[in-house]
Amino acid sequence: MKDFFHDLTEKLDEPLTLHGRIFVLIAALLLPVTFFTPLWHMDFWAQQYPEGLRLFIYSHALVGGDDGNDLVEINVLNHYIGMKELKPEDFTELKWIPLVVGAIVILTLRSVVIGTLGSVLDVMVISGYFGLFSLWSFWYKLNAYGYQLDPKAAVRVDPFTPPVFGHKMVGQFEVWSYPSPGTWLMLGFGLMLVAGLLISWRQTFPKPAKSSPKRSGEEES
Amino acid sequence: MKSSGKLLGMAVALAVVVALVLATSCGKQPPRRGAARGGGGASDVTAAALATYVAPGDLDEYYLFYSGGHGGQVFVAGMPSMRHIATIPVFTPYPGTGYGFDDESEEMLQGYKWGDSHHPGFSETGGEYDGRWLFINDNANGRIARIDLRDFKTKQILKVANISANHGSSFVSPNTEYVTMATRMSVPIPLGTYADVTEYAEKYKGVVAGIKVDPEDGEMSLGWELLVPPFNYDLGDAGKGPSEGWFFWTCYNSEREFIEGGKLEVTASQRDKDYILMVNWRAAQEAVDSGKAQTIGGAPVLMPEENPGVAFFMPLAKSPHGVDVAPSGQWIVGAGKLSPTTTVFNMDKIQKAIEEQDFEDTVDGIPVLTYGAVREAEIPVGLGPLHTQFDGRGNAYTSLFVESAVAKWKLPPYDDMSDMSQYVLDKIPVSYNIGHLVTAEGDSINPDGNYLVALNKLSKGRHISVGPSIPESAQLIDISGDKMRLLYDAFTEPEPHYAVTIKADKLDPIEVYKKDDPDWPKNPNAIWTPEEARIERQGDMVEVWLIAVRSFFAPDVIRVNRGDTVRVHVTNIEQTRDELHGFAINDYNINIVADPGETKTVTFTADKPGVFAFYCTNFCSALHQEMQGYLLVK
Repeated sequence: MKDFFHDLTEKLDEPLTLHGRIFVLIAALLLPVTFFTPLWHMDFWAQQYPEGLRLFIYSHALVGGDDGNDLVEINVLNHYIGMKELKPEDFTELKWIPLVVGAIVILTLRSVVIGTLGSVLDVMVISGYFGLFSLWSFWYKLNAYGYQLDPKAAVRVDPFTPPVFGHKMVGQFEVWSYPSPGTWLMLGFGLMLVAGLLISWRQTFPKPAKSSPKRSGEEES
Repeated sequence: MKSSGKLLGMAVALAVVVALVLATSCGKQPPRRGAARGGGGASDVTAAALATYVAPGDLDEYYLFYSGGHGGQVFVAGMPSMRHIATIPVFTPYPGTGYGFDDESEEMLQGYKWGDSHHPGFSETGGEYDGRWLFINDNANGRIARIDLRDFKTKQILKVANISANHGSSFVSPNTEYVTMATRMSVPIPLGTYADVTEYAEKYKGVVAGIKVDPEDGEMSLGWELLVPPFNYDLGDAGKGPSEGWFFWTCYNSEREFIEGGKLEVTASQRDKDYILMVNWRAAQEAVDSGKAQTIGGAPVLMPEENPGVAFFMPLAKSPHGVDVAPSGQWIVGAGKLSPTTTVFNMDKIQKAIEEQDFEDTVDGIPVLTYGAVREAEIPVGLGPLHTQFDGRGNAYTSLFVESAVAKWKLPPYDDMSDMSQYVLDKIPVSYNIGHLVTAEGDSINPDGNYLVALNKLSKGRHISVGPSIPESAQLIDISGDKMRLLYDAFTEPEPHYAVTIKADKLDPIEVYKKDDPDWPKNPNAIWTPEEARIERQGDMVEVWLIAVRSFFAPDVIRVNRGDTVRVHVTNIEQTRDELHGFAINDYNINIVADPGETKTVTFTADKPGVFAFYCTNFCSALHQEMQGYLLVK
């Protein structure tokens, strides 16, 4: 066990191979694109909204469909049940997510230039944690909106969590909530990192059948 | 024996009765009064149903804009379903949209309670409807209005000096340079001048006018007026193609008299021929621009004898109504309603006659072109021809008021002039007494040739009874084949005269006044948040900036003192279509309606003390009933 960690730690200190670096570079290039495309979207449909209402969640903005008016409309509807107005400025996530994404891009580029296998693993761990934390944070926010309803509201409804993933009936509305291209790009970013790491690993530490040169290498050192 | 004789007598009597009954029931009978259908034209039910059925949620292919007659409005229907969709108030207040109650529209109505809208006309580019504006005349008060087809609202009402009863309007030149106005009922000018009707022939004047239209924003202004004899100028049309640059008007009462108690219907029907007046609008504008006009009533008025070449008359069978320019622009079709013919004039011949000064007379300085030199043909279409439309395939359709029918006939050229009745191709009865008719895009250079709407004056018995105030009828007719086919009966409130149609995809109306839309002028009194809502007092003037949004007003209490002038700016801050809000103050005779994103202002004097509720009149939401506030007048 001790050897395994020792071995792993040593191996992770190896620099990335050229092929590995290319994949990590692709990953680094994918991430900034997520600024320009939504990460998540919610579609609302009801009989009297035949064209539906749409809400797009970007890493830095909350944008309604129909030139932003759908967000206004969602707020107008929500005020009847006493839900707080969804204001982009109240979502602190929209401030720190772009910052963190930027930091991850820099860390990724650092791995491309002076990176070791370990540094790629670092980026993977940080961005994985960040991704899950963001999701939880959004879920928590939505939950808070759904639970902190004004008790004096005109229409009393049971507290609820709007859907984060999938379909749900909310009042007269059918609501769908699904990832948008931004999330798929982030997933692509992760896959590129995994690919970069694996390729570098394979090239640096060939399979056991060819394990003799590695051992001889160790002996030399 | 006695009893057998009695029996025989009874048998003979019975035989006589039977014979009488048989005799009266054989032979030619008057048609039985149709109960449900009221007689008149019938249709092939299945084909008609298929052709006119627009399924729920589906859209019509055309807009149909009816004039509203003395209702003073314009009605919007879909074609072929003929469903009435909206009413655009123009010359008459209309609480349904708050028209005439807010300051801006009240000012536009100029104090009039009504108008008489007759002939809608689309703006055109290159002779095609461009879908920007709809012009409509007021036959009662010498006015013309412009409706913006981006938001279907009346934007301007222009009152023009010297025009009395503007009937020969609103006919639009092919690039919307001008729209026409004309006097139907001659009076002494300027308006307000007194002269007894015994001095009709000398002191009473007709005037026709060209109204300039700004190509950017459609703003109308007077271009020129032309003084013409005191006839009754009736319908008109604008030339196109070879006749481009000319306006045409029919006129009746060329007897130029109004004899007290003499009945105009009699005195105006004495001469065999009346006239078509044709005016060269470029020449008229040039004459005005070069200072050749006299100023009467503040308007530049041209005298025909001082401006040769501006106006000509063409003789036409007496008491004409319609003069209509065929899509090619070469054929000018006139119809004298007391003659069973339409007359086709040839623009080439007209131009030649003008060039060669082939005049048969001169009336008040206006040369009369020799009838035989300009006429192409007379077509025996039937009794009471009024108005003609076209299908773009070389055919014309003339309404026959007296005959209650539409005649389809062929336009020139004709190879055989010996029997012109051969060129009357088809006839269809309509219910009843048709006035105008309209074909799909029929006034453009490219009519679609599929639909025709007969605008009938009477509809007796074609609908479930609504008592003696019977509506008008509009019948949809399929003209795509050789034979016309009746498709559908629609009914309208009083009283469409003319209507125009436009392909639905040529219009792209907005449904919300977007907050930052650069296409619409910003209202300086618009506010967009409850925080901006406020009440300010300056002396005895109380000004309120108020928002309306589902389902509340802010502010919802307005406190004033008796006698204060109160001005309320209502902004509907919704940006969602169909979320309209009304703002009505009970017992203050106020109801304005603001569309999404619209700001409207109403000013009134708080002359009644007490507590007055104000509320939203346009049902907006589940809690619409709660959308209410109070005006407190101390």
